Amino acid sequence: MKKTLQQFAGNLTDSAKDLAPIVLVVAFFQIVVLHQPIPNLEGIILGTGFVLIGLTLFMHGLKLGLFPIGEVLAFSFVKKGSIFWLLSFAFALGFGATIAEPDLIVMANEAAKVAQLGGIINTDNELNNYAQTLRYTVAIAVGLSVVVGVVKILKGWSIQYLIISGYLLVIVVTFFAPEFIIGIAYDSGGVTTGPITVPLLTALGVGLSSSIRARNPLIDGFGMIAIASLLPIIAVMLFGILQ
Amino acid sequence: MHIGHEFLQTFWAVMPIVVILFGFQLAILKQKIPHLQRIIVGFVLVWVGLTFLIIGLEQALFPLGKLMAIQLTSLDFINNPNDWKSYYWVYIFSACIGFATTIAEPSLLAVAIKANQVSGGFIKIKALRITVAIGVAIGIALGSFRIVAGLPLHYFIISGYLLVLIQTYFSPKSIVALAYDSGGVTTSIVTVPIIAALGLGISGAIEGRNPLIDGFGLIAFASLFPIMSVMAYVQLIEFFKQTESK
Repeated sequence: MKKTLQQFAGNLTDSAKDLAPIVLVVAFFQIVVLHQPIPNLEGIILGTGFVLIGLTLFMHGLKLGLFPIGEVLAFSFVKKGSIFWLLSFAFALGFGATIAEPDLIVMANEAAKVAQLGGIINTDNELNNYAQTLRYTVAIAVGLSVVVGVVKILKGWSIQYLIISGYLLVIVVTFFAPEFIIGIAYDSGGVTTGPITVPLLTALGVGLSSSIRARNPLIDGFGMIAIASLLPIIAVMLFGILQ
Repeated sequence: MHIGHEFLQTFWAVMPIVVILFGFQLAILKQKIPHLQRIIVGFVLVWVGLTFLIIGLEQALFPLGKLMAIQLTSLDFINNPNDWKSYYWVYIFSACIGFATTIAEPSLLAVAIKANQVSGGFIKIKALRITVAIGVAIGIALGSFRIVAGLPLHYFIISGYLLVLIQTYFSPKSIVALAYDSGGVTTSIVTVPIIAALGLGISGAIEGRNPLIDGFGLIAFASLFPIMSVMAYVQLIEFFKQTESK
């Protein structure tokens, strides 16, 4: 018990160090540059306390739960040797983690408003439909990204060729995409990779490449997040072209 | 505060993943889960921690960040709204807040821990985080400038891609995948809302910019520049090693 508490105090100090830059930047700009008082100071101190505790618990939970189970699954799949189930799992994981991502829901709604502004959709019903379809488009794209990422590890493909072809595709599709969707599309790549998806995909990639003898976890284990940030860009632009 | 509501919302965000993970392990792989108790505790901590984190961010950081973005771009503060140079505090703020939020980003910490583990300690957790944060700082400052100056987004992104291509060619193979991943990692729960607010604030303040169209794109900058900074960092280390051994 004492050891757990000591560990918790240590983690809390680490989180405090991680948050210090934000507090410094905000205080400096508010007081020195803008010469403004900090509004609702108590609320902000309380909120910062919440962030501190939240960050500490979250990081601890990752180490106890998410990291180990990601690696256990990777190991079990390699032992079972069923490619079909491994790829189904990969797709389900990417899709499932993304469809519920709060950032993505916000972004899809914003994008629908932009489309309405551009006169592409008119009624509220169409607005909801547009946001919904966009969300599914991105989630399917992330699901496929994880599949590609797993195949990459199994086959030992080099990440740079995949990413470079992806970039070229992005550039080509950009020329055909309607102007208003480009900014949203480029941003959608960054939005999909949330706080649960990232650790899980990293654990899966590192776990798979450690379980397969011919793979190096540093070279082959990473890269899945990069793919998951790239495919949605292409998917959203295609969505914009087809709409 | 709707604490209960937040708990429910993060619950529904975590739940699909739990179902997929446990479902595949138990039903398809038909394997037991080792250290089940510890893993369940871990998931509960992730859930509770995430909820606290989001409540805290929404209470403290986001409103203040949005307010500051508006204040920094308001006409009382900017001398000449038609001159991109008079927005220098906006660029400095963009860089500082980009750096600071990246350091606090839990996703990046998670990847840094794993990278440290699998590289046998060669990749230092702190160094990786600072390098990525510098990349985000440069990216967001440049992205803010783009919104102020009204230049097309895809010129910047496409030139960025070309630079990444050139750097990839010269980079040691072992770092490439991690560098590419650093791009997606940085733009997570702490960073995205703040820089999205910044983009909307800047484009809302400047005449002729439409926040709904010009406000987007900052996240793309924030995902592109860390790729370059991580590769540049490793290239610098190699360069100094070579000159030292000569």
